[in-house]
Amino acid sequence: MILALLRRDLAQFFPFAGGGAALPVVFFVAVAMLYPFAVGPDANVLARTGGGVVWIAALLAAILPLEKLVARDIALGFFDQLRLRGLAEETMMAVRLIAHWLSFGPVLVAATFPAAALLNIEGETFRLLVLGLLAGTPGLAAIGLIIAALTASLRAGAALSGLLLIPLALPILIFGAGALARQDQSSLGFVTALSLALVAIAPFAAGAAVRAAREN
Amino acid sequence: MQAPASPVLEARDLACQRGDRLLFRRLSFALGPGAACHVTGANGAGKTTLLRALAGLTTPFAGEVVRSGTLGLLDEGSGLDPELPLARALAFWFTVDNAPDPAAIMARLRLAPLAEVPVRYLSTGQKKRAALARLIGQQAAIWLLDEPLSGLDTASQAIVSALVRAHCAGGGIALIASHQPLDVPGMGSFAIEDFAPAPEPADADGGEAAP
Repeated sequence: MILALLRRDLAQFFPFAGGGAALPVVFFVAVAMLYPFAVGPDANVLARTGGGVVWIAALLAAILPLEKLVARDIALGFFDQLRLRGLAEETMMAVRLIAHWLSFGPVLVAATFPAAALLNIEGETFRLLVLGLLAGTPGLAAIGLIIAALTASLRAGAALSGLLLIPLALPILIFGAGALARQDQSSLGFVTALSLALVAIAPFAAGAAVRAAREN
Repeated sequence: MQAPASPVLEARDLACQRGDRLLFRRLSFALGPGAACHVTGANGAGKTTLLRALAGLTTPFAGEVVRSGTLGLLDEGSGLDPELPLARALAFWFTVDNAPDPAAIMARLRLAPLAEVPVRYLSTGQKKRAALARLIGQQAAIWLLDEPLSGLDTASQAIVSALVRAHCAGGGIALIASHQPLDVPGMGSFAIEDFAPAPEPADADGGEAAP
């Protein structure tokens, strides 16, 4: 049942599988393309600030899929039907977390290659950027899932989730982008730790939120 | 997931509320193998709330639900992905439920011609039939049906009645909340209003005043 669910969730959220799920990646690359036009073509400025811009773009791109992530399946009765078949909400949310990350994490990392070329990011900075995104995106996915589940039963949930994600994602951003400024890999360890902790909490927090959403 | 030998669905002194309002209390019944029960009640009387509490999806305000046997719920939510073609949306549940002969189930509910139509283009009645197909594939011992006839044409309503009869003849339990009558012999029934709490003192003079 879990494999079937993972396949279904991936089909729902994977970019290019329809449903406009490619939007986060397009958004991400668009920011990288527009930034040089906004600040001017100075290669040094771009190289110094570009990494931070890529991080911000990644963070904002992670907000875009949140609206559909949980609320739609609550309305569909999808989780109810799975619950009747003995599946715990925590398991459903763990599967969804994997599907959500797979749908934007790896694609975002892949999109970093053209983005880095546009922003004149290379060498050690580029390596730290890719490593940082690999370490940080699972955490962003976990925060996104928790928020999407918590706001699923609210009317203005989508708008609220964007606001809620920003403060929660700050630590990942600070340490992830901080590694670029200091050319120091050690803070990426902290990003990884944050990500792992968030990934461990997310299925339980989101599962409880899905259960609570039934009570109203 | 074959039905166990003797499914049981029992409510003991059940009370449920929606928001701050108590919908019904001291509701008790017991259904054994082969039993069908028709729950009636006005809109908002608490039929859906009762079914969701019986399904274990919500916690009742008081009382308890005793249940043995797998449980299938047919309600507003079809659980079918709106943008998938019907056959693929149903295939997910057929896979999860390990349903035997999905093609026959779809033919039974006259869904075969709709197989390639995305779920969001289906009419209310067609969606209801799709949800019924999901329910049959589940082979649950206990059926909780919330308005199974709404939106269905006469021929489809007859199919639902036949499905419920067959389900109960096979030893299953069916609890049906509906405004329309079902053609199921030996079906019990109760009105959920009979368990509504006493009216507030303020409007007690009206007796059966609407809430």
